[in-house]
Amino acid sequence: MPASLLRELSSLLGSSNVLYKIEDLVLYEYDGSVEKARPDLVVFPHTTEDVSHIVKLAAKYNVPIVGRGSGTGLSGGALARGGGIMIVFARMNRILELDLANARAVVQPGVVNLDITRAVEPAGLYFAPDPSSQKSCTIGGNVAENAGGPHTLAYGVTVNHVTALELVLPDGEIVRVGSKHGDAPGYDLCGLFVGSEGTLALVTEITVKLTRKAEAVKTLLAIFDAVDDASHTVAEITARGITPAACEMVDGWTLCAIEDYIHAGFPRDSAAILLIEVEGLREAVAAQAAAVEDVCRTHHAREVRIAKDDRERDLLWKGRKNAFGALGRLAPSNYVLDGVIPRSKLPQALQQISQIGTKYSFSIGNIFHAGDGNLHPIVLYDPRDPRQFENAIAASHEILSYCVELGGALTGEHGVGMEKNELMPLLFSDADFDLMRRVHDAWNPDSSLNPGKIFPLSKGCGEIRVRKQAEALPANV
Amino acid sequence: MTASANLAAQLESVLGAHRVIAAEAELREYAIDGLVPSAIVRPTSAQEAAEVARFAITEKLAIVATGSRSKLDMGMPPARYDLALDMTGLHDIAHFDPGDLTLSVDAGIPLRQLAKVLAEKSQFLPLAVPCYETSTVAGALASGIDSTLRKQYGTARDFLIGAEFVDGKGALCKSGGRVVKNVTGYDLHKLLIGSLGTLAVITRLNFRTFTLPQAHGGHLVCFSNVEDASAYRDAIEQSGLPLANLETLSPEMVALTASILRETNAEFAGPLDPAKWCVYASYEGNEAVVPRIARDLQKLAKEAAASTNQILDAPSDAYLGGILREAFDWLRCASPRVALFRIALPQSKPGDLADLLCVAQESALRGALLLRAAGIVYFTLLAETEDESTLRALENAATRVFSYASAGHGHATLLHAPGKLKSRVNAWGPERADLGMMQHVKRSFDPQNTFAPGRFVGGI
Repeated sequence: MPASLLRELSSLLGSSNVLYKIEDLVLYEYDGSVEKARPDLVVFPHTTEDVSHIVKLAAKYNVPIVGRGSGTGLSGGALARGGGIMIVFARMNRILELDLANARAVVQPGVVNLDITRAVEPAGLYFAPDPSSQKSCTIGGNVAENAGGPHTLAYGVTVNHVTALELVLPDGEIVRVGSKHGDAPGYDLCGLFVGSEGTLALVTEITVKLTRKAEAVKTLLAIFDAVDDASHTVAEITARGITPAACEMVDGWTLCAIEDYIHAGFPRDSAAILLIEVEGLREAVAAQAAAVEDVCRTHHAREVRIAKDDRERDLLWKGRKNAFGALGRLAPSNYVLDGVIPRSKLPQALQQISQIGTKYSFSIGNIFHAGDGNLHPIVLYDPRDPRQFENAIAASHEILSYCVELGGALTGEHGVGMEKNELMPLLFSDADFDLMRRVHDAWNPDSSLNPGKIFPLSKGCGEIRVRKQAEALPANV
Repeated sequence: MTASANLAAQLESVLGAHRVIAAEAELREYAIDGLVPSAIVRPTSAQEAAEVARFAITEKLAIVATGSRSKLDMGMPPARYDLALDMTGLHDIAHFDPGDLTLSVDAGIPLRQLAKVLAEKSQFLPLAVPCYETSTVAGALASGIDSTLRKQYGTARDFLIGAEFVDGKGALCKSGGRVVKNVTGYDLHKLLIGSLGTLAVITRLNFRTFTLPQAHGGHLVCFSNVEDASAYRDAIEQSGLPLANLETLSPEMVALTASILRETNAEFAGPLDPAKWCVYASYEGNEAVVPRIARDLQKLAKEAAASTNQILDAPSDAYLGGILREAFDWLRCASPRVALFRIALPQSKPGDLADLLCVAQESALRGALLLRAAGIVYFTLLAETEDESTLRALENAATRVFSYASAGHGHATLLHAPGKLKSRVNAWGPERADLGMMQHVKRSFDPQNTFAPGRFVGGI
């Protein structure tokens, strides 16, 4: 990495906004995934113009760039696979405009997901996508990965809530796509850029839709003595056309870990629970809750509890959203997978996951968005044992391959990143890759933005190359 | 041998004679703004569509893919138009998984036929678009035309989960899949929505489906002025009542709607007073939800000083809902010359509606307004003659509408206009700042500019 680049970046941003020492850089070599890759420099822009200047400097020095929010991603999307400059958006964290009359908010990418809801709650509005990490993940990261969450079952993923973007292209040009209203004529560029995992442009401003809070909400906890019964319940809820706002499943083994950590009131002796939320008008909620309860009991639910008040509801959700943390207490590391299956195939998918766990001698927990078939098997392993690490990856590949075999997909909300890019040929043909590559190259022909992501390197997508890890800077520059 | 016959002969060697038509009378049925193709090809499979595309690419011909041809007058006329690729021969349901609420269908299946199959499992696809009785699913999607159910179910981008298509290299490609949640790879299928066939030839579309509601309701109220009608509408939005559709009709629009209802001999019993502004709301849900919404709407209307306030009976609701769904279609021929704008503004205030009507008045044209769900305005300028002065008036009015929309940080497009007006005014409005980005998309999908060249934004 040229020392003159560091000097120019420090001059542009101030030395407090540039990190280059190894001991600082190691903090940015990982995210929530099992992957690691260290950047050569980390910079903290404050404005869109800063980002544009950084990108132009990177182009001048032929150095790759990766954008990063708070690093909670689970597919390695925000890792510097090709080394280079990591642009961390943590200091671009202002809510620029709240237009409550039109239910829109304009925010910088470093705004934390939950902070949008906190800002608009008094007006009875909220931002619907709610990843488990919503207390720390940023909206910029949500946009890059097209993040979801439990309530996307009813309300859709991030793309369904973004109407406009300001972007910095790999040549430093600043452009805007979409419109505040969301009905701009022309191609749906927002739809393309959301979920493009930082491989086409860097997002520097986001206009999001705000959703009005429902009049009534009921949260049900259904307890089962057999995982199959819980799975069949989910399939029948879908088949009956009941659309809950959320329908989450947690297996019994994971429940015990959560209870030890959160004390959410989950039963320790059950095989699985479903956490189902229905919301809308009072009349609709009453009918939906009754219908859900009926399906649960038909499939032998041992007990169906309804949260009595907001405190009970919040506690149940706290248990669900902190589950990954709870499992972190049981093993040195865990690997959270993200596959999707047709919802009717849930029973066989869970059986297969269990068999794969047995094959590799892993404990695999299941805590996931059952209502939309979005599985999150969690493999507990010790990364210090190379064999365990290899087996965790192998188990992951088998599970995701099975998802595809069932007619599903490789990722429902975490993104492909550098975790699943080599599995992409399971879903896409050479012609599909050729078109995606042309779209990629239209904006990012030199792969200077987030190289080594989405596209399989083994598939001859040579243009999407990863540069050799650059030498670390000497300490005295 | 004419050029047309020569081309047809070449195509017959690719697909066989029974798939190619070059009879002049039929060619005229595929005309776009007066432009007639040299041949029509009717593939019956995605592979055949790809073969035609490859032939066109090799021969440097331009293709316009068509469905029922009900919306061919949208956009600009093509810069070149050699082949009409009639996709109605691809009309199968590839997969329907009622238990998963997912569906995969061929491009040319008519929406009405699809609805019948879905209804057998108490499901539906919320694409309530104009020309519903004839539209194909891919035609409806590629046109980007508004669905009157968007308030409740969103636009196609909210329930399209995947697509298969022929790209501009003649390759069969896909994007997305058949599961309801999926972020694997670029969401290329979203780009096809409203693309007017300029990116690819759609061969198959995957959707999530929805359960048919148990009950429906409709409510119609009239106000003596636009301010009261707007205040009522605002109150509805603030209430959070989950409506399927919400439409405000200006007095001229009320008169046109009433006239269409009379023409169709619909036994409509509702207060459509052509001297008033009317607001129509439709809603659905279970047997307890529908009367609850009706009660709340009546209360809100009363508080907003509505002059009439009526829950519609089921047949009247169905008639009015159907007529408004078809508004795009019948407004096109509501007078000898019609310019129909679709305007999206961040917030449609009463002032906006009044300002737009002023544009009509000052241009000596009749103006009808339909404020639809999500703040979309259909603004129709109606002229009685076809002479030069009328064209000039339409041209001036169009320029003002485009400027007005831009100044309000919104945008306007001409959904329908006489061909002569389109030669003076671009249907897509002034050039957009993100045109270069769209050109990137076009070149990626269709590097040789084979598909519907010139029909789209900025001459794409």
